[in-house]
Amino acid sequence: MLVQGIKSRPVYTGLAIDLQARRHLFALEGEGIEALLDQVKAVGAQFLETSDILCVGKLPDVKAEYMWSAPTIPVLLNRLNVNLINAKMGTRLYLSGTEGFIGQAMKIALDQNIDFNSIRTEHRGSTARRVQCVHCKGITDDVKTSPFTCAHCGLNLLVRDHYSRRLAAFQGVCIDAEQPGTAPAPVVMFP
Amino acid sequence: MSINTDMAVQVAAIIQVAEKVKRFRLVRVDGLPLPVFSGGAHIVVSMLDGDLLRRNPYSLMSSPTDQTAYEISVLQVEKSRGGSAFLHEKLNVGDKLTISQPLNLFPCDVRGRKHIFMAGGIGITPFMAMMDQMTRESSNFELHYAMRDRKHGAYWQELQQRYAAHRVKIYFDVEKLFIPTDAILANQPLGTHLYVCGPSGMIDGVLNKATALGWPKQNLHSERFLAPLPGDIFKAELKRSKKTITVGTHQSILEAVEAAGIDAPYLCRGGACGQCETSVLGCEGIIEHNDIFLEPEDKASGKTIMICVSRVKGQAITLDL
Repeated sequence: MLVQGIKSRPVYTGLAIDLQARRHLFALEGEGIEALLDQVKAVGAQFLETSDILCVGKLPDVKAEYMWSAPTIPVLLNRLNVNLINAKMGTRLYLSGTEGFIGQAMKIALDQNIDFNSIRTEHRGSTARRVQCVHCKGITDDVKTSPFTCAHCGLNLLVRDHYSRRLAAFQGVCIDAEQPGTAPAPVVMFP
Repeated sequence: MSINTDMAVQVAAIIQVAEKVKRFRLVRVDGLPLPVFSGGAHIVVSMLDGDLLRRNPYSLMSSPTDQTAYEISVLQVEKSRGGSAFLHEKLNVGDKLTISQPLNLFPCDVRGRKHIFMAGGIGITPFMAMMDQMTRESSNFELHYAMRDRKHGAYWQELQQRYAAHRVKIYFDVEKLFIPTDAILANQPLGTHLYVCGPSGMIDGVLNKATALGWPKQNLHSERFLAPLPGDIFKAELKRSKKTITVGTHQSILEAVEAAGIDAPYLCRGGACGQCETSVLGCEGIIEHNDIFLEPEDKASGKTIMICVSRVKGQAITLDL
């Protein structure tokens, strides 16, 4: 069960290296590394000479000007924030990994006054979602089913395609408000 | 069109501010306050020059929150179609004009971390309102203002006094002082927006440099109003109105349509906004697309035309109007 056809659902159009950019800043998570490697295959490795690569976990097997591995997503986001504060116009930002990761990294970029349309994104890996409970405002990561149980207040939430860039989360709405306990069984929708 | 929201105004003052540049202060005839606008907005001024109705867009340059009057600055153009000549030579204090509601096709992106304005000559006008607004909002901006020489340049002294020389940089062509575009564009913090207003060649030059230095199009803003170019006489068949009109050498299709008493949609009258886009049902000749709104593939399709600035080289065009 999913409410679809909502315009705010993000669309990830691919990393597509902008060869006019003077610097390339990558924030990658999990299988997002593969998106970078595919770009190297597509346009060659030269752009790596002016690239900064921030990764959660394992680094890709390439030689970039600067590479750094973060142990967790929050650590990477802190570092990304500092990089963006010091970056100059002409730097292009590339994000790849799960939706939850892309969304959180994009939120950091938005807070640094970057237009989201100028950020290149590619979804790789799990389709699990980051969902905000519209009732208690708690955010639950890695939601694989709809409905699901809010990790904070315990309500049964229907996942909607309604997305907030400001919160970097989809919206979850109570599905059995009239008659608590009558929620349909969860169905795996975001493996 | 449809709802007429035009306002009758009276000329309260005409001030010569530089060689060939006059400022016109306009107040409402009915004494009501004018609408607040946003920096970068323009109005379309309708002026009755004898029997001829002229309509030209001008950027508002007064403070966006000053509701007592609107101010525009007009450059006297040598090959004027008549609008700037009328304002400079025939208009007097106390005369009446009609103006449209303010419309902004050149707004500031308030999400920006920093804003860089580049003005050439009379292109300074929208930035005067923008800087006033940004000062109130405590936004970070700087102006780079290129002029022919100190006599022809308008407002540069007062802008430097008001905003200080480190935020208002001036350049004069005759003194061989030019905007160091490359150095400026190469050293801006991520999240900076660039706004350019001036001659077409300057706008294209600056935007091309910015693109080559990796600026994304989302951070580039420009405004140019195009005057309709003259051309050959042709006929326009207006299918829905069941009329055939003749478009004169110094007339745009839109002006000919209006002269025939037909109410066609428009906003900027300068090929920028897209409001007057009209479907082409047939054409005997070649469409001369003079606008900056349509994408190249739209222009190539021959199915659509911006009637405020574009025309036909040939016999006739049939429009869905």
